[in-house]
Amino acid sequence: MSGAARAMLPGNRLHLQHGPIDLVIEAWGQPQEVALAYEQASQRFEDILPTLVSEFALLRAPLGDPYPLARGPVARRMISACWPHRAVFITPMAAVAGAVADEMLAALLAGRSLAKAYVNDGGDIALHLSDGHPLQAGIANDPQRPQLAADVRIDAASPVRGIATSGWRGRSQSLGIADAVTVLARSAAAADAAATLVANAVDVEHPSIRRLPARDVKHDSDLGERLVTVAVEELPAQAIASALSSGSAAAATMLDAGWIEAAYLSLQGQTRVVARTTHEWRLSA
Amino acid sequence: MRDPEDAPESAEPITGEVIRCDACPVLCRIRQGQSGACDRYANEDGKLVRLDPLLVLQRGSPAVPFLEAGKPWAGNLISGADTFITGIGATTTYPDYKPAPFIVSSKLGGVDVVTVVTEGIFSYCGLKVKIDTDRFLGPELAAVRVDGEQIGHVTTAEYGSQMLSLGGVRHLTGGSKKEGNVTCDAMLRLANKQAVEVKIDDGASVVVQAGVAPVVNGEREERMRVGCGSATIGIFAKQWHGHADEVIVVDDHITGVLTEHQAGRFLDMPAAGIRVRGRRSTPGRYFKVADPGLGWGGTDITDPLSIIEKIDPRKAWPGMRLLMVSTTGEDAEWFVLDENLVPVKQSMPGPIRTVVDRIVENCEPALCTVLFMGGAGGSLRAGVTENPVRLTRSVKDLITRVTCGGAPVYVWPGGGITLMVDVLRMPDRSFGYVPTPALVLPIEFTMTLDAYAEMGGHVDRVVPIAQALRHSRFKAEAWRGENAWPVQE
Repeated sequence: MSGAARAMLPGNRLHLQHGPIDLVIEAWGQPQEVALAYEQASQRFEDILPTLVSEFALLRAPLGDPYPLARGPVARRMISACWPHRAVFITPMAAVAGAVADEMLAALLAGRSLAKAYVNDGGDIALHLSDGHPLQAGIANDPQRPQLAADVRIDAASPVRGIATSGWRGRSQSLGIADAVTVLARSAAAADAAATLVANAVDVEHPSIRRLPARDVKHDSDLGERLVTVAVEELPAQAIASALSSGSAAAATMLDAGWIEAAYLSLQGQTRVVARTTHEWRLSA
Repeated sequence: MRDPEDAPESAEPITGEVIRCDACPVLCRIRQGQSGACDRYANEDGKLVRLDPLLVLQRGSPAVPFLEAGKPWAGNLISGADTFITGIGATTTYPDYKPAPFIVSSKLGGVDVVTVVTEGIFSYCGLKVKIDTDRFLGPELAAVRVDGEQIGHVTTAEYGSQMLSLGGVRHLTGGSKKEGNVTCDAMLRLANKQAVEVKIDDGASVVVQAGVAPVVNGEREERMRVGCGSATIGIFAKQWHGHADEVIVVDDHITGVLTEHQAGRFLDMPAAGIRVRGRRSTPGRYFKVADPGLGWGGTDITDPLSIIEKIDPRKAWPGMRLLMVSTTGEDAEWFVLDENLVPVKQSMPGPIRTVVDRIVENCEPALCTVLFMGGAGGSLRAGVTENPVRLTRSVKDLITRVTCGGAPVYVWPGGGITLMVDVLRMPDRSFGYVPTPALVLPIEFTMTLDAYAEMGGHVDRVVPIAQALRHSRFKAEAWRGENAWPVQE
């Protein structure tokens, strides 16, 4: 079995990988501080996956009362991020990538003084910002053919510290048909859970959509026999609008409840933005 | 922590269909045909395999086996001068202006050489398919179809070969969604050296596969004839002269008769008076001496004498020596006319046998060959340099060498970087696709570091090859001997 791996990428970025976890970390600050931050993050990383998998049984079960008690810090972050959403089907795995990003960001920052940093866990991103050091993030609608569809600028005054994207083409399975749903929230775990559910809600019944039981696609899926999307052919404009409306409604509920700060939804060229103010988003499409 | 290239030691079977991947602590159970949570490992026929690694090619030393049972990859056999990173599995970057995924340097004879490695997404691309057969496949411009969708057309025939032009932006993105998807899928299979059956309007059904003989209407074409019967006469007339009094080359297209043919006249050979069946085109050249079939020279005959209509007693003479041979040389018989001017089969003299063997030797195996053609002059250049036209000029000036998966390319003159590459010279499964639909082609630009700096290259992103390989998963294959090593001093 291979252990955690560490490498430096061009541009002084730290790459950590272990099994399915792939992190790209970048920190800005005094070189000495950045080096120490990378070192402590690397050390913290070795334990992330082994501890996480020890509680997989609990984390793969659907959430519902009572509140599950987990030991691992990543597992706790996952459960806490998914808990508000338990009225619909969700397992804590919906927030795994974001929770790892949050935990690793905390490890990166502990005792260090950094102007800015991010931990990018396969598109689910935890942010550290300070005054005068905003972050510019781009959003792509289709991971197979990335086109920069929108970008967003987040500064320290904003409560946003997490960005996550979900869609049926992504690495995780989706019950919906969204090309991409990007959510801004106060943590990466919160954004991850919400993006998963909003992407599930972007849906419509149409013969152009092919679905298969989750376990037929991935034997170990926590979604069991639920139908996941495996192909979406061209949809009529009306079906696209209808699917986006149902996704937007789900996002609006989360926005009202304070679980997310904003959401960007895209499906076959049509897009929607759900936010208190739209000025955070700049659509370049 | 360990090296990222560590391979799992074993994959424990759980049931016949599901294996347990122990590449990492997640221990995914993976069913046949599925991949694990990481999408890096998959169950292929009950075996744990790694998906889509970056392909590096090595020369000199044998390639390091990847994922060999129980032997984790140590990564220590890599040295810059004998290792070439291909674009296969390199992925691409977006937006385009970001430096390409790999910009690597190696040192050769004290000169720093840079290779920019990327995968390009091509909508403007097509395949030129050459099918070695004289059979009628379809009229020029006829639609070539797969699943009823037009994916290309029959284009100008070449000597001994029929030509198809497939793909292109009009079929990929200009028609219906289905037309685009079918075209993309057929192109992908052909480019990856797999077989595709095409149907040609008002023509034949052909199974095409690069490097393999074509199958036309269910019949496999084994070899190309040396030429038509008339051409065969033209090539070998002088070699027969003095050893035979008449030679008839049996062919489904044009049957040649030596003493009537211009070639025989030129040698002052007396007319032998043997008249063959069929319609005379010009002297010594006959169409349709028999029906098409699996007999001599693509006709249906098995007894060559059956194509002789009559022998003129005023011209023929007893003892006249007659060779009958097919255009592939596979069938040949030697006759001498008796006192009644009846051809009698006899054993073939050595000098005649030599020329018949030479016909056989000149028949090449019939093959389908596939050239990919596409324009690399677009935005992917921005991943190489900040000033794209300088890359184009550098390629045109032969300062920058372009390869696709290590294979040499022909760059068409004129504007842009329009290139052609023989898919057979590329590693297996070099091509990918995106749902646009469009094909994904590995492409590498190699030049000296100085030349790279001069064109405004992303010099700050150049890393030594060994470092690039440390950070990415890859698999090594042996360099193909027929391709020139791209990194030159």
